Amino acid sequence: MAILLIAEHNNKELRPFTLNAATAASQIDSDVHAVIIGQNSADAAKQLSELPVVKKVLSVEADYYENFTAENFTPVIVKLAENYSHIVCSANTFGKNLMPRIAAHLDTSQVSDIIKVISPDTFLRPIYAGNAFATIKSNDAKKCVTIRPTSFDPCESTGGSAPIEKVDASEEFSNTKFIKREEIKSDRPELGTARIVVSGGRGMQSGDNFKLITEIADKLGAAIGASRAAVDAGYISNDHQVGQTGKVVVPDLYIAVGISGAIQHLAGMKESKVIVAINKDGEAPIFSVADYGLEADLFEALPQFMEELNKLNTIQK
Amino acid sequence: MKILVAVKRVIDYNVQIRVKEDGTGVVTDNVKMSTNPPDDNAIEEAVKIKEAGKATEVVAVTVGEEKAQETVRKALAVGADRGIHVKVEGTLEPLAVSKILQKIVDKEKPDLVFMGKQAIDDDCNQTGQMLSALLNWPQATFASKIDVKDNKLEVTREIDEGLETIEINVPAIVTCDLRLNEPRYASLPNIMKAKKKPIEEIAASDLGVDVSPRLEQLKVEEPPKRKAGIKVANVAELVQKLKNEAKVI
Repeated sequence: MAILLIAEHNNKELRPFTLNAATAASQIDSDVHAVIIGQNSADAAKQLSELPVVKKVLSVEADYYENFTAENFTPVIVKLAENYSHIVCSANTFGKNLMPRIAAHLDTSQVSDIIKVISPDTFLRPIYAGNAFATIKSNDAKKCVTIRPTSFDPCESTGGSAPIEKVDASEEFSNTKFIKREEIKSDRPELGTARIVVSGGRGMQSGDNFKLITEIADKLGAAIGASRAAVDAGYISNDHQVGQTGKVVVPDLYIAVGISGAIQHLAGMKESKVIVAINKDGEAPIFSVADYGLEADLFEALPQFMEELNKLNTIQK
Repeated sequence: MKILVAVKRVIDYNVQIRVKEDGTGVVTDNVKMSTNPPDDNAIEEAVKIKEAGKATEVVAVTVGEEKAQETVRKALAVGADRGIHVKVEGTLEPLAVSKILQKIVDKEKPDLVFMGKQAIDDDCNQTGQMLSALLNWPQATFASKIDVKDNKLEVTREIDEGLETIEINVPAIVTCDLRLNEPRYASLPNIMKAKKKPIEEIAASDLGVDVSPRLEQLKVEEPPKRKAGIKVANVAELVQKLKNEAKVI
């Protein structure tokens, strides 16, 4: 049986992690179908059909699918599931919210947040904030799997031409009503996919001081991250949080500024290719994962960092 | 309104996790255990709603072995009225836990069920959503703000893009984020009082639920270690290393 990939999108276009989930799905079996549920989402459905790994697109449209409510999406996918061996989507807030609801209806034990496909029924996943890796074999007939997007490369996005098939909508779930979404718009790269991330912690001492980080991020074309402590203190909004209960990032360069390095934060960034830590406490645990550690007062180091960057002839973007 | 809050006993968040040498799991003997952190937020929120006069009773429930009862006792010490301990041996998968909780919901008939959004041991992030599926109730996951309005809740959810607000009709499930509130500490008199509050013990086997595992944990291993890095003397050296050695800027 084929694999069913649940596409994440904003009704206009695919959200980037759909491409990572497609890669993971194609590693389970090459016969990948993708379902897209939305309102006026034809353009996103067309994008999905152009992914070479996707063999068929199922498009489901209704006005009550506009805001991706799990209660509305679930019956559609549960109905489709009879033709599929695996249901796959990203382990971001979209997939975390949706997949367990589907799994319970299918009476399946979900395998969450996998980082590797070992075989069609066996997967590797981090537990205890990434302090241990578990190899899990699922004995359920149907498998519900969410994938850690940063552990799978995005698939090719052009060259495919899968057929797009319309599927009937399911009934509306009337006990949940969408009110509003407050998205923080920014011209910077998305935190989850950025090549460079500059993150601030409690050591930043205020939201205003984050401008020291913003300047450097703009110069490097980087995304801005934060520790939970910085978000809790109100220095920066929750969508910037990196860690066990925030986002997992794997950039080429991660610069941790004024972050002590609690295991919950390390869980979200320690797979980064190069890690820099700037902290005045030489004993801070963040130094144990840093390739380059600078023991310094960040209020002196960050302006100097900016100066040094300005001296460079070229900066990779 | 009656609120049921589910709590789980996990290895304390401050403990450095050690993987067992035989690859069967992580070391739990002589390790400090605590309530799963966002479950504390769930209890706190329920107690606050009761203190605001919008709930009549807060019931704490846990599913676990003998010592899991400590988490219920702690919930009683910070304001829950009574407890339920569903006793099982070993660890259950979230699907099995949600089936047990469904039975407790059938019996207790709460208007709301709160729990943490994720347990910090298995990091599954499933139980709340599964329970709401089994009950066909609305779900508000990753809640950072809850407003109780008659028979509705307005909930702000933390999502990857920022914040989302939804309105759900009661009965409903809410899974709580760490930013929902600041859990209080239990005072000594309240700890003493909590010892007198009732905890009902139920054997999971009496609930008629199939809790047999569907997943096999074949191996637990240490993640690959990062090799030790270096300390640089100053910012100029750092930028030179990033440019010329790591070649990342």
